[in-house]
Amino acid sequence: MLSIKNLQASVEEKQILKGLDLTINPGEVHAIMGPNGAGKSTLGNVLAGRDGYEVIGGSVDFHGEDLLELDAEERARKGLFLAFQYPVEIPGVSNMEFLKASVDAVRESKGLAPYTSVEFIKLAREKSKAVNLPADFLKRGVNEGFSGGEKKRNELLQMMLLEPSLCILDETDSGLDIDALQVVADGVNSQRSPDRSFIVVTHYQRLLDYIVPDYVHVLAGGKIVKSGGSELAKELEAHGYGWIEKETV
Amino acid sequence: MSNSFDTSDVFSAANAASQPAWLKSWQAAGQSAFTAATLPTRKTEAWKYTPLKEVVAVPWQKHAETDFGEGIQFADWNEVSIRIENGKLNFHGELPAGVTLISSDDFSEAQAQSFIEKIEAQRGSFFFDSLNQGALDQGYWLKIDKNVQAAQPLHFNFLQAGSNSMVNTQLLIEVEPGANATVAETFTQVAGCVGFTNANTTIVVGENAHLTHYHLLLEQGESHHIGRVSAALERSARLTTFHMAIGGVLKRKDIAVVYRGEGAELSMNGVYLPTGNEVIDYHTSIDHAVPNCVSNQIFRGILGEQGKAVFNGRIHIHPHAQKSLADMNNRNLLLSPKAEIDTKPELEIYADDVRCAHGATIAQLDDNMLFYFLSRGISRAEAEVMLSFGFINELLDALSDEPVRLLLQPMLSELFAKGQADLTRHIP
Repeated sequence: MLSIKNLQASVEEKQILKGLDLTINPGEVHAIMGPNGAGKSTLGNVLAGRDGYEVIGGSVDFHGEDLLELDAEERARKGLFLAFQYPVEIPGVSNMEFLKASVDAVRESKGLAPYTSVEFIKLAREKSKAVNLPADFLKRGVNEGFSGGEKKRNELLQMMLLEPSLCILDETDSGLDIDALQVVADGVNSQRSPDRSFIVVTHYQRLLDYIVPDYVHVLAGGKIVKSGGSELAKELEAHGYGWIEKETV
Repeated sequence: MSNSFDTSDVFSAANAASQPAWLKSWQAAGQSAFTAATLPTRKTEAWKYTPLKEVVAVPWQKHAETDFGEGIQFADWNEVSIRIENGKLNFHGELPAGVTLISSDDFSEAQAQSFIEKIEAQRGSFFFDSLNQGALDQGYWLKIDKNVQAAQPLHFNFLQAGSNSMVNTQLLIEVEPGANATVAETFTQVAGCVGFTNANTTIVVGENAHLTHYHLLLEQGESHHIGRVSAALERSARLTTFHMAIGGVLKRKDIAVVYRGEGAELSMNGVYLPTGNEVIDYHTSIDHAVPNCVSNQIFRGILGEQGKAVFNGRIHIHPHAQKSLADMNNRNLLLSPKAEIDTKPELEIYADDVRCAHGATIAQLDDNMLFYFLSRGISRAEAEVMLSFGFINELLDALSDEPVRLLLQPMLSELFAKGQADLTRHIP
């Protein structure tokens, strides 16, 4: 479903990704680990199509299409979802309106009619219950005054409503305590399915105790330097990233 | 020097009208003062960014009209709606217990004297004040008696009609000690009207009293609105006031608040949304004349097309006004490269133990917020509309009266829609 070949990208004229290769099949969960500054967040932003992340080489094929040719909103409509490390707060725009605008846009691109308000409110309440987010959070401004854990649960809520085929979780564990992490991980696990894939970007192995990946890749210096199964995460935890860097030099 | 703004038709009409003797003589004084004054120009600091040439060019008159339409109607507010038609009170309903309203036609000699004193005590040097006095259509005195919690909101529905129609009004709102009331003033004009409203509101909030106040300038089309709101707060009084201006050729409102007793609190928010060639100008002035008072001010503007706005916020903390807390924030969103905002904080702080914060920003939409929308499949055009609406809606959400919010939100979405209903389907 996703095939990244020799991807090179720069931010503010500084090259961050230096030839990254990654292939993801439907239903697989891939963890991307790596030291700070390795380009982990850049990868998520490049795939999601954020302004300021310039692709200078390589290709990304998503469901048989050239992902890099698509605008950010088109990527989202075609099933790519980025769960942000630090979701932005948007006072004045209600969470409910935002969610409906998003779901309507994605449905419309699939030729489906928008939900009526009544249908959508029911659906949104149901899903927010599933992520343990009280219903009054739907009325508040988007992420406004939400705690770190609530913001992540709101990302999860969006994921559930949009039903993407590829979810990129950008350092989802940052700012969460163990209990909050457990809730978010349970939510993610409930969304695993044979036709939905995940890229779990994280610095720490901790998250991978809860979301067990099929593959673990180590990103260092802008490319993937080592790949393995979930046991690789444990080795990294035991030996640190220095171990890989030494090994690959 | 003499005034190049020719208002002789209006003054003649005012003089011909049947008015009580005290008002005639007060008007005469206003007329001579106005005639002797010099019209502000671009060199006059207070009017530097606000062109008056369009206002001055119209041969204004006073009209007897009959069709004023509905004006503004709130839904489910249980308010008392008080119509003021081209400056004349038209109200036959009932007021809640402890609330009185008299028009200047019915003032006793003593009331007239007291009304004038209260108005003049809170007057500054606003150029259009003498015009207001000289051509006053009517004054209205609303009083909430001591310790009365007004059972219903009071809505002054100012309506205007006619061609080249000038209206001058003066509303005095007096909230006596310990009383509590909500007063909304809305200004509209009927379609096709070419109008100039010069509306003054004078507010006195007594000791431990609380007034929630809305001053909404909603005239569209060929409308010109100039005027003042002037409030005095006694000891431990609270004033919560919200201002809004949309549409029209020109809107200019000078808002002055002065503290007369310690422990008083002001919360003053406002929004303005000029588009097309509209000009909207707010001048605010807060006088911390006594210690231990709080003022919080948030004004936000969205400027589209060639819209132009001015925000001039003055805070004056007097030498002995220690422990004053004054916050002022003005944020502006420019949606077009041709839009213009002139924002100017003016702080004069003469006391040393105070906290005074101010900020003014002019920006385009926030990139991080915009990307959040895009990353969820929402089109850029719709995201821009939703974000702009949200920027203003944040202040509407904070209103304590939901019916006011429900009145204003659709007006805003219509303003943002501009015939693109698709883009506004996700704003309330």
